[in-house]
Amino acid sequence: MRRYVLRRLLQLIPVFIGTTFLIYLMVWSIPGNPFAGMCGERPCPDAFIATMTDKYNLDDSIFVQYFKYMGALLSGDFGETFSGLDVGELIALRYPVSVRLAIVAVTIEAVIGITAGILTGLRGRGFLDNVVLVSTLFLIAIPTFVTGFVIQILLGIQWEIMTPTVSSEGNWSELIIPGFVLGSLSMAYVSRLTRTSIAENKRSDFIRTANAKGLPQRRVVLVHMLRNSAIPVLTFLGTDIGGLMGGAIVTEGIFGINGIGALVYDGILSKEGVVVTGVVVLLVIVFLLVNLIVDLLYAVLDPRIRYD
Amino acid sequence: MRKPRWLAAVVPLSVALVITSCGGGEDDAGDEGGGGDPQKNENTEISIFGTEPERPLVPGDTSETGGGKVIDALFTGLMDYDPVTGEPRLANAESFELTAPDEYTVKLKEGWKFHDGTPVLAKNYVDAWNYTAYSPNGQQHASFFAQVEGFDQVNLEDPDGDGPKTSPKPPTDKLSGLTVVDDHTFTIKFSQPHAVFKTKTGYSAYMPLPDAFFDNKEAFLDKPVGNGGWEFVARVPGQELQIKRYEDYQGDDKPKIAKVKFRFMDADAGYVEVKGNQLDFLDTLPPSAIAGNVWQSDLPDRADVAEVLAIQVISFPMYDKKYQNPDFRHAISMAINRQEVVDTIFEGTRKPATGYGIDKLPGWEPGACGDYCEYNPDEAKKLFEESGWTGPIEITSNADGGHKEWVEAVCGQIQNTLGAECTFVPVQEFSEIREAINAREMTQIYRAGWLADYALVENFLNPIYRTGGSSNDNGYSNPEVDAKLAAADSAPSEEEAFALYHEAEEMIAEDMPAIPLWNNPSIYAWSERLVNVRMTPKRELDLSSVEIK
Amino acid sequence: MTDPTAAATGVTAAQPSESYVVGAEHAPGKPGKPRSLWSDAWRDLRRRPLFIIAGAVITLLVVIALFPGLFTSADPNLKNLALSRDAPSADAWFGYDLQGRDIYARVIYGTRWSLLVGVAAALLTVLIGGVLGIVAGFNGGWLDGLLSRIGEVFFGLPFVLGAIVILSMFRNAGVRGALPIVGVVVVSLGVLSWPVAMRIMRSAAIAAKQQDYVKAARALGARPSRIVFKHLLPNCLAPVLVYATIALGAFVGAEATLSFLGIGLRDPAVSWGVMISDSRNFVRVAPHMLLFPAGFLTATVLAFVMLGDAVREALDPKLR
Repeated sequence: MRRYVLRRLLQLIPVFIGTTFLIYLMVWSIPGNPFAGMCGERPCPDAFIATMTDKYNLDDSIFVQYFKYMGALLSGDFGETFSGLDVGELIALRYPVSVRLAIVAVTIEAVIGITAGILTGLRGRGFLDNVVLVSTLFLIAIPTFVTGFVIQILLGIQWEIMTPTVSSEGNWSELIIPGFVLGSLSMAYVSRLTRTSIAENKRSDFIRTANAKGLPQRRVVLVHMLRNSAIPVLTFLGTDIGGLMGGAIVTEGIFGINGIGALVYDGILSKEGVVVTGVVVLLVIVFLLVNLIVDLLYAVLDPRIRYD
Repeated sequence: MRKPRWLAAVVPLSVALVITSCGGGEDDAGDEGGGGDPQKNENTEISIFGTEPERPLVPGDTSETGGGKVIDALFTGLMDYDPVTGEPRLANAESFELTAPDEYTVKLKEGWKFHDGTPVLAKNYVDAWNYTAYSPNGQQHASFFAQVEGFDQVNLEDPDGDGPKTSPKPPTDKLSGLTVVDDHTFTIKFSQPHAVFKTKTGYSAYMPLPDAFFDNKEAFLDKPVGNGGWEFVARVPGQELQIKRYEDYQGDDKPKIAKVKFRFMDADAGYVEVKGNQLDFLDTLPPSAIAGNVWQSDLPDRADVAEVLAIQVISFPMYDKKYQNPDFRHAISMAINRQEVVDTIFEGTRKPATGYGIDKLPGWEPGACGDYCEYNPDEAKKLFEESGWTGPIEITSNADGGHKEWVEAVCGQIQNTLGAECTFVPVQEFSEIREAINAREMTQIYRAGWLADYALVENFLNPIYRTGGSSNDNGYSNPEVDAKLAAADSAPSEEEAFALYHEAEEMIAEDMPAIPLWNNPSIYAWSERLVNVRMTPKRELDLSSVEIK
Repeated sequence: MTDPTAAATGVTAAQPSESYVVGAEHAPGKPGKPRSLWSDAWRDLRRRPLFIIAGAVITLLVVIALFPGLFTSADPNLKNLALSRDAPSADAWFGYDLQGRDIYARVIYGTRWSLLVGVAAALLTVLIGGVLGIVAGFNGGWLDGLLSRIGEVFFGLPFVLGAIVILSMFRNAGVRGALPIVGVVVVSLGVLSWPVAMRIMRSAAIAAKQQDYVKAARALGARPSRIVFKHLLPNCLAPVLVYATIALGAFVGAEATLSFLGIGLRDPAVSWGVMISDSRNFVRVAPHMLLFPAGFLTATVLAFVMLGDAVREALDPKLR
């Protein structure tokens, strides 16, 4: 097991380098002078451009730039934005909100999705099953921004049940509705996955044995069936957490959440390569680590799976 | 930067100008009379909409509104502008006299201090101005000292524009035209008479800097120290910035409230928060609030329209051969039904332009543009055909800020009237167009706006339409117009000057290097707990008069 | 996976039927028609209501996309400010937008571009992912490792971020005209999604590689290309097909999201995402500007997802 973990961690490194280099390349080779427009209506003085070019190593080749950047990164220096703000600070400020949002989203989608999946998976074809199937279909089909948009207008502006935008602190209660919107798509997948998984396992031998032994239904479902059906669902939830933080741009934008999604979006548009690369590096690390943890959880959940 | 040529007898104009504009629009209903609650004024913090400053908070380097708001609160210059009339008046300066046709002597008021307790002395101004003008410091407002004697010794242009060669180091870092006479007096000598300089010194380029700036720049960037009515408290990047009243402030415009927080967000979120009284002031309502005039029903007594020194135009890149036929340019202008766009897209909150200036400018008469700015589809079509234009017409602009909607509308009108295809080419960020404009590489008609530095029609014409003007981006050049503007600058009396400026406008309309469209007022809104709310002509909340009830 | 060349029934029918007692379940069926996975699936699909509805909707959309002129005679790009934001009426079933353009006409013409993006992006993804997947799965070894690592690199890129960056790159390069803009969007969608297709194809290829008939073919000396095309490909196609149909719906939704953010399609290419984005500021006063494009968008994505669902259930032997 230990060797497996080690091997996976080592494999992480080339992927990490590959992804971050790719992003760095893409962001810094966006055509256009990144310093244009920083000086209001007038063209920038040369001394200004010279200072900035030197600061960001723009005269070196892209490989050298990348190495210098990564070197600084590994020692904890995320660099500075064009307006002199420390990127590390910016990220540290906005990251917790995004993490909170992601956790809320995953919790909602897990709870609702798995419950719906269990209920329909056990009962088989019936009214509830069709309702869940149809509603999940709709949730998958409607793009997130439409859901978010409509909910914001209905609940926030027309009926005034909630504040349309989230305040800058972004505490847990405010994030429930945005979290729901963010997780709505995944919720549909989770419930379907659970349903399929449970429906399959329902007919398996060990469940029949457990029932034959006279175990209470609750124990059969929660202890035996869930544990074995959990694997595909867990895989999905795991990759979802990693993906959610990066993909929350739209939701964060609609609800005015001060998270890293908005930070990155603005960074790309204003060609602040430092910000974009910094955030993406972080996201990639999180994503890869979460994947690793999920894989390790497999071994915990299913004793048949052995890593060596 | 080419120096515009200012001639001598602008003196009577600059000193005697009385501006009859009402910078704050109609008086705010419901804010008459009653003041605020002194207790609340002292203890409650109000929040104001802002945008993240793009550059570190150094006055000589700040030219966008995000940082500008903060700088305007933290610093007070030699002159400032009356919040209601826009009229320039003495602030930090005790006297500001023209002691020779090309020289001003400035005497500072005594007893003024910076926020760190050090006194505001003549050398603080001179040091700051030298620092800004010196080109290796890369300060954006360097060109504002172009008329001071010795500028060409401290500021050398890069010989190849943005190219890889480094610019040469200037021979000295002090402007020879600035001389400190004693602690509170200094003189400014110009290479040519330039009396308008006095009016300009309210602008952020001309603020003083404390010695602390030169001793420890890093500390200053973390905590800027100014000489204005407000001092810096704290800042959370990307989120907010707090300031508090400076108790030892000696100026006449000492604020009544004590604590202000600028909050950085986008205008849509800002509108929602003002509505819910979570944000106290928003200076420009977003398109979502203007659409259908919902702001009027949402905020019955808490919103108003203010005239701002701004005009919206679309500009032709005159250096591109395609656009050199004046018939084509006139055709485009006459194909636009300005009133219709104002009514449908702007819900009637703007006024179609009939000249190159705006109402409320002293001595300005509308109608200089004449028929060329009137919607006339038949004439437009005739001129268009005579011009022999082929191919599609393209107008470009940044798509945000509500511009997409009106440019598309204008393009639609052009297409319907002239029968030629008109496309709106959006760019994500204004900076992208700015780059091409600076490099004189535009190939499309582009949106241009102008926000004046001070309330004079001269500021709407000289920088833009004069050959070599500091903001003459499209390369327009007509020696007759230059002569007319020069004559106006040096006219013996105001009336004559205004008449001559009007004639210049007419001549510019004959050439039509840019099409004036409409003015750019600001609709602003505030929360229920503010009284005495008014906007300065710079599109900011007047922090010296507002109170909390 | 069942072997399509196993022609069970044909053999039985050749024997004289009186020589054997044949059980009912082994009675010869229609002579000469082998039952393959595909014909089974098709037979199954034909009976599912979900498939029929989805199929009908999609066919209608395709017709609209190919022949928009049949459905509306109005010009989707004709602006008339006098009609700005007018509500639905007999003249314009869906009303007018801010610029005074007929919304119904724009929705109809928008179908073309939205579908085009979806189909093209799905094709591109399946092509790239499929080819790399089969190569990786079949060859194994270092090639597999390399391709999988490359896939992971792209997989790790957050989708929306990557799309914004790629599209910003091209936007600044000054792409003009409807088709090139669509092309750019398609390419960015494909570039970011191929790892998923590759993974599916690869695992299917690995599983198929273990089958006896492949080993037999190899023993007989078949060239690798023959093995790939004749034996592997038909069997790996099923899961990829399922993915492709669902992905198509997702891509249509993704394009709308990108247009909503302002970096996807734009004039002169009419897109539902752009229409929804344009309606943002006016929802309170002119909700019809949002309703109709959103409705069409939802219906389209729904149809594809339903189709994909039905196809998956039909092709999955475990659910039988």
